[in-house]
Amino acid sequence: MTKNEPIRIVLAKLGLDGHDRGLKVVARMLRDAGMEVVYLGLRQTAEMIVTAVEQEDADVVGISMHNAGHLTLAPLIVNALRDAGLDVPVVVGGIVPESDLEAMAKAGVAGVLGPGASAEDVAACVREAVATRGK
Amino acid sequence: MDEEKEFRTMSGVPVGSVYGSDPLPGEFPYTRGIHAGMYRDRLWTMRMFAGFGTAEDTNARFKELLRAGGTGLSTAFDMPTLMGRDSDNEWSIGEVGRAGVAVDTLDDMIDLFADINLGQVSTSMTINGPAAILLAMYVAVAEQGGVERAELNGTLQNDILKEYQAQKEYIFPPRPSVRLVSDVVAFTTNEMPRWNPISISGYHIREAGSTAAQELAFTLANGFAYVEAAQAAGLKVDDFAPRLSFFFNSHSDFFEEIGKFRAARRIWASWLRDRYGAEDERSQKLRFHTQTAGVSLTAQQPEINIARVAIQALAGVIGGTQSLHTDSYDEALALPTEDAARIALRTQQIVAHETGVINVADPLGGSDYVEWMTDEMERQAEDIFKHLDELGNGSILEGVYAGIENGWFVGEIADAAYRFEREVNSGDRLIVGVNSFTEGGGENVDLLSIDPGTEEIQLKRLAEIKQSRDSDLVQQALNRLSSEAADPEINLMPAIIEAVKVRATEGEIVNALESVFGTYVEKAFV
Amino acid sequence: MASEDSTINSLVERASEGDRRSVARLLTLVERGGVSAEIIAEATHPLAGKSHVIGITGAPGAGKSTLTASLARDLAESDHTPAVLAVDPSSPLTGGAILGDRVRMEEATEAGAFIRSMATRGHAGGLALAVPGMVRVFDAFGFNPVIIETVGVGQVEVDVASAADTVVVVVTSGWGDAVQANKAGLLEIADLFVVNKADRPGANDARRDLELMIDLSQVTGQAVRRPEIVMTTATEGKGLNELKEAVSEHHQFLIQEDQMSLRRSKRWKAEVRSRLEYLLSEFSKESIDNLEENQESSPSSVANDLAKNLLKKDELG
Repeated sequence: MTKNEPIRIVLAKLGLDGHDRGLKVVARMLRDAGMEVVYLGLRQTAEMIVTAVEQEDADVVGISMHNAGHLTLAPLIVNALRDAGLDVPVVVGGIVPESDLEAMAKAGVAGVLGPGASAEDVAACVREAVATRGK
Repeated sequence: MDEEKEFRTMSGVPVGSVYGSDPLPGEFPYTRGIHAGMYRDRLWTMRMFAGFGTAEDTNARFKELLRAGGTGLSTAFDMPTLMGRDSDNEWSIGEVGRAGVAVDTLDDMIDLFADINLGQVSTSMTINGPAAILLAMYVAVAEQGGVERAELNGTLQNDILKEYQAQKEYIFPPRPSVRLVSDVVAFTTNEMPRWNPISISGYHIREAGSTAAQELAFTLANGFAYVEAAQAAGLKVDDFAPRLSFFFNSHSDFFEEIGKFRAARRIWASWLRDRYGAEDERSQKLRFHTQTAGVSLTAQQPEINIARVAIQALAGVIGGTQSLHTDSYDEALALPTEDAARIALRTQQIVAHETGVINVADPLGGSDYVEWMTDEMERQAEDIFKHLDELGNGSILEGVYAGIENGWFVGEIADAAYRFEREVNSGDRLIVGVNSFTEGGGENVDLLSIDPGTEEIQLKRLAEIKQSRDSDLVQQALNRLSSEAADPEINLMPAIIEAVKVRATEGEIVNALESVFGTYVEKAFV
Repeated sequence: MASEDSTINSLVERASEGDRRSVARLLTLVERGGVSAEIIAEATHPLAGKSHVIGITGAPGAGKSTLTASLARDLAESDHTPAVLAVDPSSPLTGGAILGDRVRMEEATEAGAFIRSMATRGHAGGLALAVPGMVRVFDAFGFNPVIIETVGVGQVEVDVASAADTVVVVVTSGWGDAVQANKAGLLEIADLFVVNKADRPGANDARRDLELMIDLSQVTGQAVRRPEIVMTTATEGKGLNELKEAVSEHHQFLIQEDQMSLRRSKRWKAEVRSRLEYLLSEFSKESIDNLEENQESSPSSVANDLAKNLLKKDELG
């Protein structure tokens, strides 16, 4: 993609949990970093995310989760995208203990954002994930 | 408590029960408290929330609490139960028994309260969308054990409106959901006089990022909405309003929080009397439970959360709360360990027994700043009521529906949350350990892990019940339920009680209602 | 250039075979504009022209997205393959945008509709160029109908929605909305009005106001066909069938009364004009950038010389 085109990110929350404060704050942070945020909201499945990425021709996916489901849910999304033949990096937001970071990277997660990440951290993490796309 | 007993400071100075001018605590509009003696007469209830794993696991924890002298049980349900989904639903994978106890059928509820005399405890159940179903199960468990429903004591959260505004644990669209709430209110008013049918909750609104004044205003507006709905269903305000209670958040801005609690009492008393015609002073008195602000807890240097919780607890107590839950310091990372929960309870006990704040009712009343803050909170809240009243053409209930439909509530909350986040981000607002004073505290904290075997046990159990029950009876009960759901004049509680008794699952009952009510999908990003 | 050509050719080929990912990619390239967009326009123009294009616009909060979502779902469930182009404003400060329409479109997506969210990206001219091109992509690859949904606040948004075969303007109860709609120029472009939130007090007043305004415009003889007014409560699914029928009736009217070709030629001319204006503005930007400053000549004489120069040009760029 060329430099002046805004990054298009699909943003979603997985699982039954309904706390979307973090997701909404991140959506605003990314908008204010000049990105186009395709917001899917709560309770999304891998299938819905794949369809959205496909139709929106998104550059990157951001998923948020509560309840410590990151080790099962994050790889599920990474694999679903891969199986659909979509080369799109996945960035994960949530409480991920340091000891799980390596497992997340191995599962193909491009970046992890914990609680307290600043707007700059969030935008930088997404940009970096996009930059390494296809590498 | 003994009338003669003297209250003295730590150094032995005797102190009076209240200072300052009228209206005193216990007098309309109750700005200074709903009782004259406040904590001299009765300490707040230290109500700690528990629930995890299978019903049997939680039952064991309940019995421990009762043996230790507790009389109140507070139940946390797992996410599938809160969303009205059975443990074998595809959405439930990985969530069964994780953040609370899993309840699919009456049998789980029987296990949850096994060997506990429901006539002698008070039970609080934190559930909203499927609240009517859990209440029906509770009634069925009690009656099976020979306790009549009229003797039951407890609180159902059952506050569906704030789910659309903040916590997002909704199932049906707002109008049929409020009908269910009204059915519960009518049912308990007629048959369970000691039951609190709704705990109108600002807690989750604040956690979602609202300001203190928004928490206050949205919560009270929801309260007015339920009053209007119950009145429309033919109930008299003084028959049910005394059993309405509230649940607020206590955050870190000490005086703002205290102003908020004081304003809440004043507003409720005036509106109930003047707008809704309540004559019974119990209808006018706002009783509330408080929980410290989970959202203020930091994952960085988690131990320092203990200090945050102490300050927030103190604000709740000075604000005049009737009961209090203190958060555990490790909750930004995981569910609390038993040790962390103990420290949280001890924090309340220090406030109660060491600080002397219980000696005097409304000790900050009369402070120019606190009185101004109380007025300011009230002013901001009244502006919001005015907006909702206009939106609803003279009905707060309609105004709340409209504000949900057009995304006004979620938009206001999300904007406030983002404003806060930007202040933290820019360093205009300091959060210790997050954007300032970040050195130290790197050691790992022990975290609670949930036995992954729970899900398997629960699934097996559910499958067995589905095998052994009489499926014709289940079908009949569900058919009755959906046909009655289509008629808004019928109270659904009897049909729900029948359905739980024949072992219809929570998910099946929800589906039967969904087939008539529809499913709510949030309409917009704001 | 050759590789760009072949990439686009293979995308077009796969899109013709029904590959949605290629359609999505083509949409992106058209949205970005430039040479690729032109190549795609060339490739898709001969394939397009079969789809019914529906524009839906109205004041913010009127319930357009909910209506669009319901309409798209109904169509997808009744053997159509609808596409929705949902346009939302970009932030003028940061250029970013939050595109939230998919939240409402979940059921429509499941039923097979193709939903594409799009930000206005600040430059007004860009939207006017990109949207017709994107609609053409949908049209060329079998999506029918194609629904364009915009917030009717800015002139460009209104223009974009009005470049449709059937233009639906959504208002809500209360006089205020109708007045706003009038100011925004929405009333002149409507083939069909929807009064949404018809369960609210004031909905009938809104209907009466609209009738009155339509009467007035009929007197001046602007409208070919009196716009129908449909009452809906989108959140409860009420009036959606009526809306669907009214849309399809208008479509039939266009075909039977030979209005379709008139509309399309108007649309075709409008697009030619947008492109021409775009080319001219690009040229003037370039000319001014290259201008050797000579304040002795008057601005008008310099402009005249530049324009004459442009008109003599054989090639662009």
